[in-house]
Amino acid sequence: MPDKPLAPEDFARCPLPISEHDTVQLGHGAGGRMMQNLISNLFRWAFDNDALNKMDDMAVVSLPGNKLAISTDSFVVDPIFFPGGNIGELAIYGTVNDVAMSGARPLYLTAGFIIEEGFPLADLRRVVESMRDAARTAGVSIITGDTKVVHKGKGDKIFINTTGIGVIEHPHTISGTNLQPGDRLILSGTIAEHGMAVLSQREGLQFDMPVLSDAAPLHGLVSRIIEAGGGSVHALRDATRGGVAAVLNEFAVSSKVGIRIQEKSIPVLPAVAGACGLLGLDPLYVANEGKLVAAVSADKAEEVLSAMRAHQMGKNAVIIGEVIAEQPAVVTMQTLLGSWRIVDIPLTEQLPRIC
Amino acid sequence: MKYLEEYRNPEIAHRLLDEIRDKVTRPWVIMEICGGQTHAILRNGIDELLPDTVTLVHGPGCPVCVTPLELIEKALTLASRPEVTFVSFGDMLRVPGVSRDLFKVKSEGGDVRIVYSPLDAIRIAKENPDRQVVFFAVGFETTAPNSAMLVAQAVREEITNLSLLVSHVLVPPAMTALLDSPQNRVQAYLAAGHVCTVMGWQQYESIVRDYHVPIVVTGFEPVDLLSGILSAIKQLESGQAKIENQYARMVTREGNLYAQRQIDDVFQICDRTWRGIGVIPRSGLKLRDKYATFDAEPRFGLTDLVIAEPADCISGIILQGLKKPNECPQFGNRCTPATPLGATMVSSEGACAAYYNYQRFRNLSEK
Repeated sequence: MPDKPLAPEDFARCPLPISEHDTVQLGHGAGGRMMQNLISNLFRWAFDNDALNKMDDMAVVSLPGNKLAISTDSFVVDPIFFPGGNIGELAIYGTVNDVAMSGARPLYLTAGFIIEEGFPLADLRRVVESMRDAARTAGVSIITGDTKVVHKGKGDKIFINTTGIGVIEHPHTISGTNLQPGDRLILSGTIAEHGMAVLSQREGLQFDMPVLSDAAPLHGLVSRIIEAGGGSVHALRDATRGGVAAVLNEFAVSSKVGIRIQEKSIPVLPAVAGACGLLGLDPLYVANEGKLVAAVSADKAEEVLSAMRAHQMGKNAVIIGEVIAEQPAVVTMQTLLGSWRIVDIPLTEQLPRIC
Repeated sequence: MKYLEEYRNPEIAHRLLDEIRDKVTRPWVIMEICGGQTHAILRNGIDELLPDTVTLVHGPGCPVCVTPLELIEKALTLASRPEVTFVSFGDMLRVPGVSRDLFKVKSEGGDVRIVYSPLDAIRIAKENPDRQVVFFAVGFETTAPNSAMLVAQAVREEITNLSLLVSHVLVPPAMTALLDSPQNRVQAYLAAGHVCTVMGWQQYESIVRDYHVPIVVTGFEPVDLLSGILSAIKQLESGQAKIENQYARMVTREGNLYAQRQIDDVFQICDRTWRGIGVIPRSGLKLRDKYATFDAEPRFGLTDLVIAEPADCISGIILQGLKKPNECPQFGNRCTPATPLGATMVSSEGACAAYYNYQRFRNLSEK
């Protein structure tokens, strides 16, 4: 094992494992030299930091403050490369965002890989490099990890699990159980881009304008929201699987409140709206990877909205609705025509309709 | 976003609503045939905005809902066979058979694949030469051309490990069957724009003539639907019955002749059972004899099954526009999307699903 991680130029002429194998072999997960070489020459090289480089079975780190936010998530997206991103950066941003939704500053991540035998090492390198870049962007270190290789056909290319740890440096309670009647609901930008980008790649659908994933870290935006709103920020949640509709329903159920939103306020890019229309999908239910919903008391809502719009990740932020005491656990939406309908939580994922 | 935003414009929609209110002097019942239109109506709350004298009833135009239970059971049987890769549109996977659905079969190890285009079945068949690939060919005139192209392509490429479980249905025979019923309450139809895109509106001329019923071809956006309703109201109020084409941006009198030729080459008309409704003569498509080798039913020795519908499900009555979903005693109680008694509660075009998803609390709704 090298004393220190190899530089990129070393990696390029590394004798093992790249030159001997183009694809991941069972031996890469078997705990022997092949696995050690993979870890040293790819993972350590990419994620380089003091805690990881000690190569213990655990990482020992210092955490400023005494209140932590911890979240774990597994990423099994198909396809692993899609317009605007790949599974690697998704695994970073997804967990960074989950940690950030408590108002925490994400600091450390763990990364567990389950790789299918035969997976191209060039693809693994692309994924890992994108994780490295995403971790740098998000200001987090990947401090420990795990690698398993499963038999061909027993996995689907690559699965990644990440666990994130962040510190909470503010005194406020930010939780989906904390919504109050009168709160305004602020959406940080246009919706449904990630889900449609993945779907278009998976199904080979071509649209006039390409739909790119919105995968991005949101902790910087969260920091601005808390600076501007303080204790008036009651809840934050990134609108991933299930889309904005799922977040609103989770809020309404957890806080036993009703939620009313306005359809005309929901921003959707024209290309995304067109793609959703073609497939019979409602953008409210389609996944995002770089959008959040904030519940903020009415008196601070405009201030928070302005702060969000001043941040790159929230430049298209809008108030989409409000929290009411009536109709607890129900989300309703005023349609473009002025009538009202339920925004339900779907039983499972949406399926494109037949005709 | 041409052809989308302008058809969602609230000002135009409200002008149309005002005009409908001005024209209506007495009660009328209008049926939208298509389940996609039913969902658009409920999703936009259009029925709520109409005057009380205009009643919209919801038709049998949901291909998932009307696929007979026998075919669902055959699909489940095929999908369970170890040598079969069963290929279907996603909509069909949640449709309940007698005791399970295709998702359940998939979870039990059945090789069930969701596709967006029937032609994907060709690729799957080529990639799996040792397996039997069966495509579940469901839908109206909108999807039949693609199923026909699948057969034609398979012939061209000499693919032998592919077959179709065919359950295609046709819209005009269902419209006349409803009008022939002694219980009929439909006074005008909104015809489904996408079906007419393929078949043209000439196929409705005989219905208008024989039954003196106004038919307006409409699209799927709020302004489409409201202008279609207005056209129907104007005809009803003046005693007229003619075909009007509100969806002229997509539909011509003749339709897509190439697609029609594709259908005609591969399929022939047959009697078909509609789930919850029964047999409607000459309302379905089956493979022509020259393509009989692509028929999954004889290939896998599936004999006709006789299966009773759940007694508590009134989806057949709902699909005929005789009752609305929220008039069913099981609606929202025993029957929900998680515990459906019938396909109308699970299909993304089902009328019961539309009421449940968008309007089940309407009486509670604070406006």
